[in-house]
Amino acid sequence: MLRVIVRRLLQLVVTLIALSALIFIWLRNLPGGPVDALLGERATPETRALLTKALGYDQPIHVQYGKFMQRILTGDFGNSIRTGDPVIEVIGRAFPATVELALAAMIVAVGLGIPLGYLAARWRGRALDHLTVVGTLLGISIPIFFLGYLLKDVFTQNIHWFPPSGRVGIGLDNTNITGFFVLDSLLTREFDATADALWHLILPAVTLATIPLAVIVRMTRASVLDVLNEDYVRTAEAKGLRHRTIRGRHVLRNALLPVVTTIGLQTGALLSGAVLTEKVYNWGGLGTLITDSITGSRDYPVLQALILLAALVFVVVNLLVDLSYAFIDPRVRVR
Amino acid sequence: MSLLDVRDLSVVFQRRGERPFTAVDKVSFTVEPGQTVGLVGESGCGKSVTSLAIMGLLPKRGNKVTGEVLFDGADLLKLRRDDMRDRRGRDIGMIFQDPLSSLNPVIPIGVQVAEVLERHQGRDRRQALREARELLDAVGIPDPDRRLKEYPHQISGGMRQRALIAIALACKPRLLIADEPTTALDVTIQAQILTLLKQLVDDTGTALIMITHDLGVVAGLCDTVNVLYGGKVVERARRHELFAHARHPYTHGLLNSVPRLDSTRGERLHAIRGSVADNIPWVEGCAFAPRCDNVVDACLEGAPTLEPTATGGDLRCNNPVSEEVAVP
Repeated sequence: MLRVIVRRLLQLVVTLIALSALIFIWLRNLPGGPVDALLGERATPETRALLTKALGYDQPIHVQYGKFMQRILTGDFGNSIRTGDPVIEVIGRAFPATVELALAAMIVAVGLGIPLGYLAARWRGRALDHLTVVGTLLGISIPIFFLGYLLKDVFTQNIHWFPPSGRVGIGLDNTNITGFFVLDSLLTREFDATADALWHLILPAVTLATIPLAVIVRMTRASVLDVLNEDYVRTAEAKGLRHRTIRGRHVLRNALLPVVTTIGLQTGALLSGAVLTEKVYNWGGLGTLITDSITGSRDYPVLQALILLAALVFVVVNLLVDLSYAFIDPRVRVR
Repeated sequence: MSLLDVRDLSVVFQRRGERPFTAVDKVSFTVEPGQTVGLVGESGCGKSVTSLAIMGLLPKRGNKVTGEVLFDGADLLKLRRDDMRDRRGRDIGMIFQDPLSSLNPVIPIGVQVAEVLERHQGRDRRQALREARELLDAVGIPDPDRRLKEYPHQISGGMRQRALIAIALACKPRLLIADEPTTALDVTIQAQILTLLKQLVDDTGTALIMITHDLGVVAGLCDTVNVLYGGKVVERARRHELFAHARHPYTHGLLNSVPRLDSTRGERLHAIRGSVADNIPWVEGCAFAPRCDNVVDACLEGAPTLEPTATGGDLRCNNPVSEEVAVP
């Protein structure tokens, strides 16, 4: 087991190095750049040359990349061009917000998705099943930003159930320990702040959850339908086991195996949805940071680090999923 | 009173958008306590559906089950779902064709045996596992302590079928239904499993319904045999009677298609013409008529009835094979 983990982590390092080179070259070949963004269109060629040299962008790309990698190995991701702060700090500020949002979204998606998928399969061909199939198709098809604005419009403008944006209400001064507002307020026992944070979290989490929710419902439904036809479920019935034993021990346990993979993939993919969701709800997380870093200033150091971080999260989540398989499916023997 | 008395059992598949299909057509037979009864026939003759109907394991939707299944005098078809659940596994055990797919792949063998005991005998997990160990030992699984913790994919096919037998017999049911228990196993293992089944039913006095297409299995095990064709019983006889004097042309054909060690060298194996696809509906005549060598005009004028024979069996045939030309 340990050898598997080590090998996978080594693979991860190789992946990240290759990816970093790709991002590095790709970013620098995009039209425009930090110099244009900082100086504007009317800067003189001399000023441009000066700033380009100051930022080190006049050197050949492989030299720049070499320096970049050298610094990374010492844990230095450089400073943000836009704000001048160290990249680590910039990302560190935004990271908890996105993780909180993503976790909330996955709790919604898994918590609703598995029961819904199971019920749809149990009552195949009935109203609930049809509703689920159509609903999930909608959930997958509706663009996140559209749904986001729709929900925001309905629930914050027409009926004032939820706050329109942000992570905390005005006038609430919550103690910042981890940056996870729900967790922080629980730790400090400021329960009004917990309620407030949750209240702000609901709409964005639901918006972000739609796609993974739809995918998980469909996957669970298909998987349960498969398992219900398995011979071992018939054996369980022939044993006269109680319905809930059959459902929990024999049907769900087997049916959830492929769903676990789906959950892992969807968690990795959440980041792309987070960019849009955060934009809609003005959620100060990584998604906001990515858009700001692209549109505002072509903030190369921040962008590079963000994309690497996204890749890291994706690969680590999937590694965890693979490893979890060894625990939940005895047929999988990790080599 | 018979242990099991199946009367006019019919199963009609009514799938949406399809014509109703009668898979089992007024089948009647009885099983006495401790007796071994064979249900024999080729694929699609309704033998598995019969067993699933007895167990109440056919899905409610799309299947219409009629008739009576009297177990100890109580009609199983009229029982409430929960009452039937109480009986399955306790009064009637069942083993299936494919031992690998019939065991749950992610649950240790021990738990799969123990859960029947927990359900029906109120044992707690530890007690049930202890008994499960004895059961595995009783069905001839070596090193039962280790096997308890192993998963189905870690043990051999024969051992899996033994484990399924242990599950089916865990609560000492009075009736065991075995649906082609040896079909998925290789020949040497088949013999072992049959010997085990025979020994277990003899020891415990459990009645056995043996569902098979293999006449060799019947020869070794069954007291009486019901031959099914097209969803109906076409011949019923005691085992020796059947092998010595098969009367129905279909039974006769089945027996002739078994290779024999004492046959003359170069003699061709007899085969029954055509396939089940050639059957005609029973309302138009004998379903077997299109494939039958003995067919007469009467066979195409309505279904023959099941009539008692002189030797104590039953026969559904207008022109049976005469006893003189019976298989030696």
